[in-house]
Amino acid sequence: MPKIVAVTGNEAVAEALKQVNPDVCAAYPITPQTDIMQRFSSFASNGKVKTEMILVESEHSAMSACVGASAAGGRVITATSSQGLALMWEILWIASGDRLPIVMPLVNRALSAPINIHGDHSDGMGARDCGWIQLWSENAQEAYDNTIQAFRIAEHMDIRLPVMVCLDGFIISHSITRMEFLEDEKVRSFVGDFRQVNPLLDLDNPVSYGPLILTDYYMEYRKAHEHVMSKVPGVVMQVADEFEKITGRKYGLFESYRLDDAEIGIVVLNSAAGTTKDVIDEFRSKGIKAGLLKPRLFRPFPYAEVGEALKHLKAVCVLDRADAFGASFGPLFMDIASSLYIQDKRLLMFNRIYGLGGRDYMPDQAELVLNELVDTVKTGKVRSVKEYIGVRE
Amino acid sequence: MATPLSLKELSKKEERLTSGHRMCSGCGAPIVVKMVMLATDYPVIASNATGCLEVSTCIQQFTSWNIPWIHNAFENAAATLSGVETMYRSLKKQGKIDQEIKFIAFGGDGGTYDIGFQSLSGAMERGHDMIYVCYDNGAYMNTGIQRSSATPLGADTTTCPVGSQNPGKVQERKDLTRIMAAHGIPYVAQASPSNWADLMKKVRKAHEIKGPKFINIIAPCNRGWRSKTDDAITLSRIAVDTCYWPLFEIENGVTKVTYKPKEKKPLVEFLKPQGRFKHLFAPENEWLLQKTQEVVDRNWERLLREEEFTNPKSE
Repeated sequence: MPKIVAVTGNEAVAEALKQVNPDVCAAYPITPQTDIMQRFSSFASNGKVKTEMILVESEHSAMSACVGASAAGGRVITATSSQGLALMWEILWIASGDRLPIVMPLVNRALSAPINIHGDHSDGMGARDCGWIQLWSENAQEAYDNTIQAFRIAEHMDIRLPVMVCLDGFIISHSITRMEFLEDEKVRSFVGDFRQVNPLLDLDNPVSYGPLILTDYYMEYRKAHEHVMSKVPGVVMQVADEFEKITGRKYGLFESYRLDDAEIGIVVLNSAAGTTKDVIDEFRSKGIKAGLLKPRLFRPFPYAEVGEALKHLKAVCVLDRADAFGASFGPLFMDIASSLYIQDKRLLMFNRIYGLGGRDYMPDQAELVLNELVDTVKTGKVRSVKEYIGVRE
Repeated sequence: MATPLSLKELSKKEERLTSGHRMCSGCGAPIVVKMVMLATDYPVIASNATGCLEVSTCIQQFTSWNIPWIHNAFENAAATLSGVETMYRSLKKQGKIDQEIKFIAFGGDGGTYDIGFQSLSGAMERGHDMIYVCYDNGAYMNTGIQRSSATPLGADTTTCPVGSQNPGKVQERKDLTRIMAAHGIPYVAQASPSNWADLMKKVRKAHEIKGPKFINIIAPCNRGWRSKTDDAITLSRIAVDTCYWPLFEIENGVTKVTYKPKEKKPLVEFLKPQGRFKHLFAPENEWLLQKTQEVVDRNWERLLREEEFTNPKSE
């Protein structure tokens, strides 16, 4: 029987990592992720996992050691946030370029300066194009479920790519919620044994990792990477189907909430989706046909499927918990706009930036946005494409 | 049984860094790597920092390494190998692997003294069972001879070029070997390819000691030093005989100078054949030339005192 528990997001992720029981873990502290690695270290110290710990001196070395350990031929984890991810950024590209199935929870946090330890998505967005797979999670249950599924996706023989599992700093990582833990045995058999591909530790078949490849073949390697990325959505769905069989919990490339017959919609990532769904229910009870789309597989982004799911709307607002500086739009908005562009569909669209540096996203902000969507449909005009909400003028 | 340290026997061993790589002719680095590998009778896995050695030995589908080898980035050869070594320990503990394997990281001075210093320091402090070998050619040679913290005082490089306002590098070298010794790791040594038997004995000793080991090896670069193509071994010998590059080891805190020149040669014999020091012989730079000798004398005297101090007096 699954166990009903009251835990924080970090606790849930740490439990998933414990149940998967990887071979090597590189750990370095950073708020708000620290708690995951602290709990995991305690599992290692008490023989609850077989994992060998590498207590590195920086996130740069954490990812570097993960690359070495993964290339050596085993299951490898680390976790990080914010500046830590920024420091690893160089090696993120190498982990994916070398096709190493590392799994890394990312507890989303704002980037400096000014320094801020609270949740926003600037860190994950800064690493969105580095060839990793990104799964985003609304709550502790999803973070736990995504972490378990991440190993299957990363290690799939058609994929072999690293996966980041994103959850909101503090809002999810440090809040206690009710959720379900699977039995250890169930997780273990779902994830299965690690399968080595060209391990460094195979002395009989020596391999060289990390060659120099210049103008003659570099581009073919990049194309091959992109080709692998294109297979990810299929594998994510296949793993989700199997996961549903053991848990009853259904996952897709994204979640649609009251979207099918909706006329207006909000697109939002992670924890803010929960608050938004509540407000959508209120609008629905007033007879307003509102819906929501919450991306789960953010990289690779399922442009065609997302566009298909949104194209019947009259107006859509994309909420971004990060900005892409340059007087352009938030990163999620740009992906949604691209999704609709390839559908040959021009909706009334606007972008609202919310919740930076952990600023609370409250129901009144969702109301504000939904009311504006209603007005937009009525007037047929977008008042302003991009604005910050919940901010002092 | 270990291969005897005789040239005849060693020449029969299979090369682990094979020919066909694209290092410059006369480069000291592959000579150093071959000596380290010839001294290693165990199965071995190597990591390599970005640099000349890395870009020239594994290009696309061609590799000169017939051992498992990994290049990650510039500054993380030590951290990367610490990951490989940890996975080895994990799988060994789980009974999934039973062979004894040794681990060696190679980095140039830029990747070791400078950008890779934190990664190296961390890996050594964590106690991974590995040898880190720095091939020190005294500048960022791969990118075109820029100064590093290993560049000797007075040298002309492309980022501290000799000019009307600048006499070359005005700072002394960072003494990395001693800094690594200060980590309290069980074995630290300095070696030179000119003294090949000494170099190989140090590598062998390091392999027999459990834990982190660091060996710093001088590796002349004729492009950066502006010396003759066939002078790598001669110059590394003069570096040793002038005590610019003393040969020593520090084993569990006890310092041993493994070679003491009968007659310590003046440093100018090391500087003269190298174009990077040419300007030091101009009259206006006499003070700097003098200073280079003073630095070598001071460090050599300190090393001798350290040897005396750390060795228990024999009755």
